Amino acid sequence: MGNILAFCEFTDGVLRSSALSNIAFAREAATHHGGEVIIILVGAGAAAAGAAASKFAPKVITVEDPGLANYLAETYAPIVAREAKANNATVVTATATAVGKDLLPRVAALLDAGMASDIAKTTGKDTFIRPILAGNAYSTVQISTPIICVTPRQSEFEPAAELGSAGTVTASAAGAIDALGASFERLDAQKSDRPDLGDAKVVVSGGRGMKTGENFKVLEELADLLGAAMGASRAATDAGMVPADWQVGQTGKIVAPNLYFAVAISGAIQHLAGMKGSKTIVAINKNKDEPIFQVADYGLVADWEKAIPELITEIKKLKASR
Amino acid sequence: MKILVPVKRVPDPTQKAKIKDGHIDLAGASWIVNTFDEYAVETALRLCENGAENARIAGSEIIVVSLGPDDAAKEIRTCLAMGADRAIHVVTTDEEIDSLVVVKVLQGIIASEKPDLVVMGKQAVDGDANQVGQMLAGRLGWPQATFAASIEVAVDKKSLFVGREVDGGVEYKSVPVPSVITVDLRIVGPKAVKNNVTPETHVYSGEGARLPSLKGIMAAKKKPMVTAKVADYGAEPKAMIKELSVTLPPPRAAGEIVPDVVTLVKKLADVAKVL
Repeated sequence: MGNILAFCEFTDGVLRSSALSNIAFAREAATHHGGEVIIILVGAGAAAAGAAASKFAPKVITVEDPGLANYLAETYAPIVAREAKANNATVVTATATAVGKDLLPRVAALLDAGMASDIAKTTGKDTFIRPILAGNAYSTVQISTPIICVTPRQSEFEPAAELGSAGTVTASAAGAIDALGASFERLDAQKSDRPDLGDAKVVVSGGRGMKTGENFKVLEELADLLGAAMGASRAATDAGMVPADWQVGQTGKIVAPNLYFAVAISGAIQHLAGMKGSKTIVAINKNKDEPIFQVADYGLVADWEKAIPELITEIKKLKASR
Repeated sequence: MKILVPVKRVPDPTQKAKIKDGHIDLAGASWIVNTFDEYAVETALRLCENGAENARIAGSEIIVVSLGPDDAAKEIRTCLAMGADRAIHVVTTDEEIDSLVVVKVLQGIIASEKPDLVVMGKQAVDGDANQVGQMLAGRLGWPQATFAASIEVAVDKKSLFVGREVDGGVEYKSVPVPSVITVDLRIVGPKAVKNNVTPETHVYSGEGARLPSLKGIMAAKKKPMVTAKVADYGAEPKAMIKELSVTLPPPRAAGEIVPDVVTLVKKLADVAKVL
């Protein structure tokens, strides 16, 4: 019997929606391991977020210290590894976000744990299904180390619901903090009122065919009309048309919204890897031979210059008619 | 600067995945250097060059390490042809290794080579695991800067200022040497790597990693490549992570081409019910 230690990210006193997917996986793992889910919150504001987190698990551990104000793998990993051992965890999990992907392998190294990255499903105590080859195949792996580290993919696990009763919250001292000479300098954040790309219900993406960043304005208008997040292909981010963190693909974000618009995107396999789990895919491209049409549920062979303004008008009409 | 670049060969991702006996059929596959690792070799070269006809900073050295079967020597030679100085080929098979074994072997190599920096791809494009760099840093007790999109070497060469692509923006992190850097796509941008030696006026092409020149290919044949075994580094050649089976995802149901925007909106509203 072993417990599941779930490293959860939080903002402004509440768990991030990506963390709720992690908890959903952790609950599944707990049924296989016979233990309970223990949430660990590390960093500035951890103590204040404890109450909100306790609605999701029987036990929450918070670790807060001025030395942990900014996330650093060097300082966070030893704390997570220590708490895993102290709490008899046989599985340590974090959502496969930028932080989770940076942190958890380092935790695994400290615990001599085998790791399954970016998993889509768990089929037992030590078996996990994960996409490989840019999502062109699914591999079932078995990990036989005493402790296993896992990063579940946010888009594959429905956010966990609150439990009927709140769990306990325990503050744990940080102990000695050593950043090994590394330091956080700054975050150049892309400020946006749109939903996170990772959990948006609708995503509007543009590609190389948009030609300039200025041209993305019309896609942003469409996105705002639909409450969508903005995305882009690598060609568009590499060309500097839009911020790098808009990139959808094998590297970049993996998304699975209800509705995905691929506008002026050719559909390279690396891009498809990031969006082909979307429920409904719309492709708009002037070239009917582009591979994007092979994964699209609805394809429109048209210039975006003409199609997108028309689409905005038609959606407005539809909304007005309801 | 002495830089160690671990690289992996991967099946060419443009080939269509086929299954045989429950695993990916690699018979007759063509192989390439993992794209991110190729970018890591390019990054190491840019860190070690001085901008004059791609000449090197005195005393710099780039060592390529790879774990793989005998014929992985070909992809290792590609890295030497790009400009790396020498190579260590740990001859092994997939059955013997997983990320934990790879990390232990690299740790052994680092103990004897004592590099200033490890630069590697953030993930291999076949397994897509994105683990080895972070695990290696963790086991070594070294700092890590993963998903690097830019690197700037400090004037005193004792630290690096790394731009990391994270959710919601770019994070800048400073790490001392030695440390482990894993590189992302944009590290091969024209001005992504600044070593404080190459003049600001020098601009790299920005078209990805360099192709080996004919001269480089000829030179690579004479560059030293030593072979070793997993056990030479005190690691047990036994994988704790086993692939039980591989399946291909079901193909997406064929979509339809709609004639105009009005039809598209109607289908999205009435059939797909997503508007």
